[in-house]
Order: sequence, then C-alpha cells, then structure tokens
Amino acid sequence: MWEYTKTVKDHFINPRNVGVIEDADGVGEVGSLACGDALTLYFKLDENKKIKDVKFQTFGCASAIASSSALTEIIKGLSLEEAEKITNDDIAEFLGGLPKQKMHCSVLGRDALEKAIANYRGEAEKKVEGEIVCECFGITDLEIKRAVRENSLNSIEDVTNYVKAGGGCENCHGKIQEIIDTTLGREIKAKKKVIRLTNIQKIRLIEETLEREIKPALKKDGGNIELVDVDGNNVFVKLHGTCATCSASQITLKHYVESKLRELVAPELLVEEVQQ
Amino acid sequence: MKVIYVDNNATTQVAPEVLEEMLPYFNEYYGNPSSMHTFGGMVERKIVEARERLAELIGASPDEIIFTSSGTESDSTAIRAAILSNPDKKHILTSRVEHPAIKNLFEYLSKNGYRVTFVPVDRKGRLDLDYLYKNLSEDTAIVSIMWANNESGVIFPIEEIGGVLREKNIVFHTDAVQAVGKIPIDLKNVDVDMLSISGHKFHGPKGVGALYLRKGTKYSPFLIGGHQEKGRRGGTENVASIIGLGKASELAAANLSDKRIRVKQLRDKLETGLLNRIPNAMVNGDRENRLPNTTSIAFEYVEGESILLLMDEFGICASSGSACTSGSLEPSHVLRAMGVPFTAAHGSIRFSLSMYNTEEEINFIIEKLPPIIERLREMSPFWKKAQ
Repeated sequence: MWEYTKTVKDHFINPRNVGVIEDADGVGEVGSLACGDALTLYFKLDENKKIKDVKFQTFGCASAIASSSALTEIIKGLSLEEAEKITNDDIAEFLGGLPKQKMHCSVLGRDALEKAIANYRGEAEKKVEGEIVCECFGITDLEIKRAVRENSLNSIEDVTNYVKAGGGCENCHGKIQEIIDTTLGREIKAKKKVIRLTNIQKIRLIEETLEREIKPALKKDGGNIELVDVDGNNVFVKLHGTCATCSASQITLKHYVESKLRELVAPELLVEEVQQ
Repeated sequence: MKVIYVDNNATTQVAPEVLEEMLPYFNEYYGNPSSMHTFGGMVERKIVEARERLAELIGASPDEIIFTSSGTESDSTAIRAAILSNPDKKHILTSRVEHPAIKNLFEYLSKNGYRVTFVPVDRKGRLDLDYLYKNLSEDTAIVSIMWANNESGVIFPIEEIGGVLREKNIVFHTDAVQAVGKIPIDLKNVDVDMLSISGHKFHGPKGVGALYLRKGTKYSPFLIGGHQEKGRRGGTENVASIIGLGKASELAAANLSDKRIRVKQLRDKLETGLLNRIPNAMVNGDRENRLPNTTSIAFEYVEGESILLLMDEFGICASSGSACTSGSLEPSHVLRAMGVPFTAAHGSIRFSLSMYNTEEEINFIIEKLPPIIERLREMSPFWKKAQ
C-alpha cells in the first residue's frame, strides 16, 4: 500500500475544483488512457489577468487526482507569469510530499498548466520535439533531459518515477542512462560557472588546483610553478625549472595552466607570468 | 470499521480450527520431530498426520509430499530439479500469465542459457494449446503451466496437457497455488509430475507450502542439509505451520463441494449485481471455466488504484490489475497477455471470495461500488467523451 500523506488523502477524497469551464481562457490536456493517467486543466482570467477560476478533470490514481486538485489550489489568484513558475516540486510540496514512484503525477500537473498557458497565449501546440526514447510511454529525450535537469535525477529508476520513461519493456534503459550521464555532466559544469567565489575562496581554489592538478603535470617534465599573486581575475605566476627556460612556456601557460584553472576555478581567469 | 475481505487470492484468514490445532506446537509441544525422545516423537506423528491430510486432499500418497516454506520455494525447487536432472536439455516452456514465482524464474533462466517458450492466451485468458504442443521438442526439459490463474481465475486444462506430455515423456510441473482447496484435484487421474501448493491461500498459515513429487520423478533438493523430508528438503520443519497446513487441507477436503457451491453463488451474485448497475463494465476471462471464488471486472475510463482506495474507505479489500497499485507503470502482465485494452486494464478490479464471506457483505459491495465508479467517471476527462 502507498504511504500517502494526509493532504494527499484529503485532496483525493475531497478533490477541489473538479469540473469543466465551458468558456475557459486556457485549456491544457495531457496524458492518455493508455498511459494510465490524464489531466485536462481549464482556467478563466479576471480583468486583471489573474486566474479567477480553475477546474480540472483527471483520470488516474489517487496521487494524480490529488496533484491535480493541489495544482488548482496553488494557481488560483495568480497571474500567468506567477503561475508559469510553478514546478512539479511545488505541487509535491503542497501535498506534503509524494511517494517517489508517484512523482510523475506532479509532473503531469505541471505539464497541463504549461499547455493551458500556451493555449491561452495562442501559441501553437508544440510538436513533439526530440527523439522518442521510451517507446512504451512515448517519452522523448528532451523530456527526459528536462526532468533530469530540473530534479537532479541520477538513476533510471528516478527517471521512471518522474516521467515514466523506462517503466515498460525496459529496452530504452541504456539510452536513458546515457541521457542522465550527459545531462548531469553538462549540468555540473554549468553550475560551476555560476558559483560566485569570494577572493579568499578563489585564491584557495587556485592554490589547490595548482598543487593537485598542475604542479604534478609540470614536474613530470622537470618544471614547476609558483603562485605570486591574484588580482581580480588576473593570476600571476612564476615558472621554475625547465619551464623557466622552455621556449614553449607561453603555450604551457595559456593552453594548459590557464585552461585548467578556468575549468576548475572560474572561466574568466587570465594567467600571466611574472618575470624573474 | 468492519473489514469486508474479498482479496482471498492474495491471502486468506487462518481458519479458527487451524489456529487452534497449531497453537500448542509453539510452546507446549515444541520438540524437534527428528529427536529420539518421546517428546519429539509426538511432534513427528503430527507431521505424519499433516502429510496424510494434504495427500488426501489432492489424491496423492503421503510420501509424495515435501513440505516447503512457500509456493515460490516449491516452484523454484521443481524447476531446478527438472533442469538439473536433464542437463542436456536446454528448452523450457511456460505460459505468459504465470505468477511471478514462475515468470521471473523462467526469465532468469532465459538469460542463463535456456531457450524459453511463453505460451500465449486468448482474449478470454485461455491457453493456446496448439502453440504449446507445437513448441515441444526433444530438447524440452520441463513444462510448467499453472492450474488456475490468480488474476482472472481461469482454469487451464491440466489433465489434457498432462496426457500429451506423458506420451512425450516430458516432465510436467503445475503451480496449483490458486487451485488447491478451491477445486477438486485428484492426482491419481492427472499426469502431473510436480505440483506446488501454498498454505495461506486456503486458510492455512503463511510461510508454509508443499511440493507434490510423483513417485519416480527425477529429483534433486533445492535446500541441501539434514535428512528432513527424507533428504529432499533440508532444514528443521516449520512444525506449527505444517500442522496448520494439514488441518486446512482436512477442512478444505471436508467442505470442498458445499463451499464451492456457496462461494460460487456469492461470486455470481456480486458479478451480476455489479454488471447490472455499472455501465461499461466487463468480466476479464473465461466465465465458463473459472475458479468459483474469483471475478475480475474491468471498469472502463477509471483507474484501479482510485477505486481500491475509495472502497477502502468502506473497509472493502480487493485488488487491482492496474499499474499504479503495483509500483510498476504497466497494467498486469496477465491482463496484457489477454489483450485487455489499456482503457479497461487500468480499471480492473479482482474480487476473490472465501467461505467466510456473507450475503450481507456482497450486498454491501453491490451498494457501495456503483457510486464510487460514477464519481470517478464524473472526474475523468474521457467519460463524457465516450458517451
């Protein structure tokens, strides 16, 4: 038996805002009978362009019904710009959490909301973009990537829990793993870029990187490197040993030391050599 | 809240008579049946009695009964015994609608050097016998076909298949977990070499099962250990539960015909009552050839877990073939093998009755379920469109 929270049970037994809005401003339909859950979301705006009324119809399990009901409660009174920012996590959180295997129910809610807003704005129904990875549930690589990125999913099981992909014949498990690996790989680098380091953190990280990564490599060729100063994004270093006399030292500096520091510390760093 | 239990293919209530017979063997007569002293010997005699009672229920001889821990252990023991005794044969055959105890074992073997044939069923859940026979060969080590299906209740023609396999000299195992105690089985007249039994499916305790092993069938034990069960299954006997299984067998044998008729009447009443009151509902499986206690009904355009949880609010316990209840995303492999459309499979509910169900309970379900289905359909985006 599933461990549903009291809020999930309440929204399942007494769902809010069930029904249809005949003259709705936006309608979003997601899911299908074959998939086992489907949701149609309707909303009506008031004169200030805020969501005045919202209704849903859902075919699905208890958590799908509860997620739909929760979504309607969350977005009532919001502007579309505010509503757009609602994530599947917000829905799950509103419900006091969902069993992991049921997270796809909250994703269903988020997807319906997106579609309804697009429908209101007259945006053409987005064609299925990307390439179908999971044949059983018709899930594309883009959908999987998005779920992996937004929810930091790192196993096939998690992907199945969130977007169902891989929950059928399992033939696509290899592809899903690849998508997880590449998406997370990119994600880790992207995150590094946005980290704002204080000067002290930056200097420490540069020292660490020099010690751990760069010095051992230079030492193999009989060279060495010393950190002299850091000023903003300018890193001043001294080259020793064979490096100091090597004609290719500028290449080493730019192509190796600088790119390594940019990769591991901050992308805007500039490395300069201090003459002896 | 009163519990209305119609999930007896999942497990059953231990009969009061069974419990009574078991209790002294926990702390009063706790001897080891293998011991030399009288205290242990007394226990040994009760195990002999249990063996006789179970043998009697299925028309076997007592020394053809090996007690195990579960239906699953019996299944694994049987299949492994057959393939180990026929090391040159690399083909095994079963149906597409087996319980996971067989299904997953065969899938495991298919990844470990065995060619596996899964025999399909038709829309009513009946086995494609031509397909089965066509796929038999000299290389076939064992055929395992369940006696009755746990989800649809459909009974397979074990007697006929046994006859064909006997002629071809192919080992035949049947998982009879859902059949024993529910329908008459007389192994004197059926050519089955091995048969699996589970205690808790017919008012015995959980954690005990048995394997019937026809005299002369090649065998090697799965649990290797002491001399218990004549060296065919090591490990000190689960004494109280074996005694309970024996008593449950005696009870089942005594009321098999009465019970069957009464349970069947209640099942039919429930089925007809629901079908009459709920549109777009249909029975999954062959209504002619079915366990007397089971009905699987598909309610279109609604989802099974929601039905179960709303029934749960009234204390009604049933189960569903829907994806959501199992933690998997696809509806049950049995319903899919039968070709039940997804629209109906997701909303399939299995009711399985026992001799403890009453007419009042059935009336209660017939009263409570139609509004539940109606309510969920009102909420479903597909229902109005389908009208």
